Amino acid sequence: MTKVLMKGNEAIAEAAIKAGANNYFCYPITPQTEVAEYLAKRMPEVGGVFLQGESELAVANMIFGAAATGKRVFTTSSSPGISLMQEAISYMAGAELPCVIVNIMRGGPGLGGILPAQSDYFQSVKGGGHGDYRLLVLAPSSVQEAVDLMILSFDLADKYRNPVMMIGDGMIGQMMEPVEFPDKIESPDLPPKDWAITGAKGRKPQVVRSLFLDPYKLENSSWHLHEKYELMKKNEVRFEKYKVTDKNEIIIISYGTMARICQTAIDAVEAEGISVGLFRPISLFPFPQDEIYAEAIKKNIKEVLVIEMSTGQMVEDVERAVVGKKKVSFFGRTGGVVPSPEEVITQIKDMIRKKSKSKKKA
Amino acid sequence: MNNNSKTLFARPEAMTDVVSHYCPGCTHGIIHRLAAEAIDSLGIREKTVGVAPVGCSVLAYNYFNCDFLEAPHGRAPAIATGFKRLRPDMMVFTYQGDGDLISIGMSEIMHAANRGEKLTAIFVNNAIYGMTGGQMAPTTLQGQITSTCPAGRDLNETGHPIRMTELLSGLVTPMYLERVSVHSPQHIIQAKKAIRKAFQYQMDNKGFSLIEVLSTCPTNWGQTPNESTDWLEGNMLPYYPLGCFKDSFAEEDK
Repeated sequence: MTKVLMKGNEAIAEAAIKAGANNYFCYPITPQTEVAEYLAKRMPEVGGVFLQGESELAVANMIFGAAATGKRVFTTSSSPGISLMQEAISYMAGAELPCVIVNIMRGGPGLGGILPAQSDYFQSVKGGGHGDYRLLVLAPSSVQEAVDLMILSFDLADKYRNPVMMIGDGMIGQMMEPVEFPDKIESPDLPPKDWAITGAKGRKPQVVRSLFLDPYKLENSSWHLHEKYELMKKNEVRFEKYKVTDKNEIIIISYGTMARICQTAIDAVEAEGISVGLFRPISLFPFPQDEIYAEAIKKNIKEVLVIEMSTGQMVEDVERAVVGKKKVSFFGRTGGVVPSPEEVITQIKDMIRKKSKSKKKA
Repeated sequence: MNNNSKTLFARPEAMTDVVSHYCPGCTHGIIHRLAAEAIDSLGIREKTVGVAPVGCSVLAYNYFNCDFLEAPHGRAPAIATGFKRLRPDMMVFTYQGDGDLISIGMSEIMHAANRGEKLTAIFVNNAIYGMTGGQMAPTTLQGQITSTCPAGRDLNETGHPIRMTELLSGLVTPMYLERVSVHSPQHIIQAKKAIRKAFQYQMDNKGFSLIEVLSTCPTNWGQTPNESTDWLEGNMLPYYPLGCFKDSFAEEDK
């Protein structure tokens, strides 16, 4: 198939349809509303379900009901809307309902702003709702990757019977890039959806629920969920390395749009003889903890630099991964301010300068 | 059993054979049975899905012999919407109490009704929060004592009890809205007709129906079962008048 120029939000919408997710519930919020606008036209063409709900709270619960049919369903929103969805997300994790939720992040907390940010890392990765649960969280850094990960998200949701969240900063949703959609989607062998609510015909009634009043049954359910999360950690860690060599003095850990800005900065300092590598987590849960550790402990690495469009959230997971073996520094801008490559270059050069100074002193 | 014997009374097929957790004198059991009888009489058990609320009837799925979804507090109409939009061939009913439907779930029920979702909502109004142990509900009557209004509901502080069926009848879209009661046999017969009609309308793809059922809560009202049916008649009926508030197909029906 040929490449087409598409806005991120529209490409995400089309990717879902390509993945067979013809069921979409939404509530308008900047900067992701184009997904809804695109699908309002597109869903009738493919005979799908499009419904604008009265709130994100209701929409996420509509997704719960829709997911219980066993069909592929999804919603998209942005930070404050995602906060409102946390109730149903927790219930869906508890009831083991597969669905895909896209968060095109804007600055927060509160109403915050409408410009790109990565400040919902904690909410996505650490569990924004109540209870012992995790979401599988993927973070694209280009429109093409958003398409690819969107398609993958539906397979992963079905495979693990768990909500999958794809998070992109507002830039991913708003920028236009050439993208290619696969002609044919080949899903892996997925488990049968024998849990779906289809009517008690020729079988006993089935219930989709997250309620277990017996504490031992709830504990069993929680450990069962935990086992799934452990399986995700084993099978679903995804990342990409850029210019990672044994000459690197610094390794940057960054994801999403921020990682692309870091690539530009890495290219620029390379021309001046400074070797920096980039490790870009694609799956934020499961977090590539062991892989980051393996890079960080290499002899040539003097310092690990985490760069985020937040005041520092993923940096806590990087610190956990590095377990004090190397110094972990952080640089971030937030509130909708996107760091320029120059700012990243300055950070890198400052670090190199400080290192050489301390060496001279020694 | 000889060949001339005739079954006059049996458990509906749409009900399971288990002992319920409901308190003695509570009318949830009667209302469950009426819904189950409606499902049986229309022959739709195998394509019906119920949506359970949060409240005393949170475990309704244990008593109905059909598929069920368990919703977060107040969200049953949104859950039912999501399901029904994807499976318009199935029959979907919500079963919700007054705290669930009017207080925390006011937004979801109003919008589901206004969109004309092809659902049947069974709304049980017993003027109190039952499961949490008798707190004030949006339907608690003036002066009624509950654990969160120990001096009786003060209208200056909390406003007047909400008449939900009247409120919904202000919307143009809903097709069928009726308030019934189950405190006496003749009222139960009327309630049965209304609930059956609401399911029938859904079967005919006619739109949104809600049946409000006045119900007793002897435990949290601090009364015997008999006292509670008297209290319902003497106190709830004057404020919550019974009757059909909207039936867009009443003429057709005749």
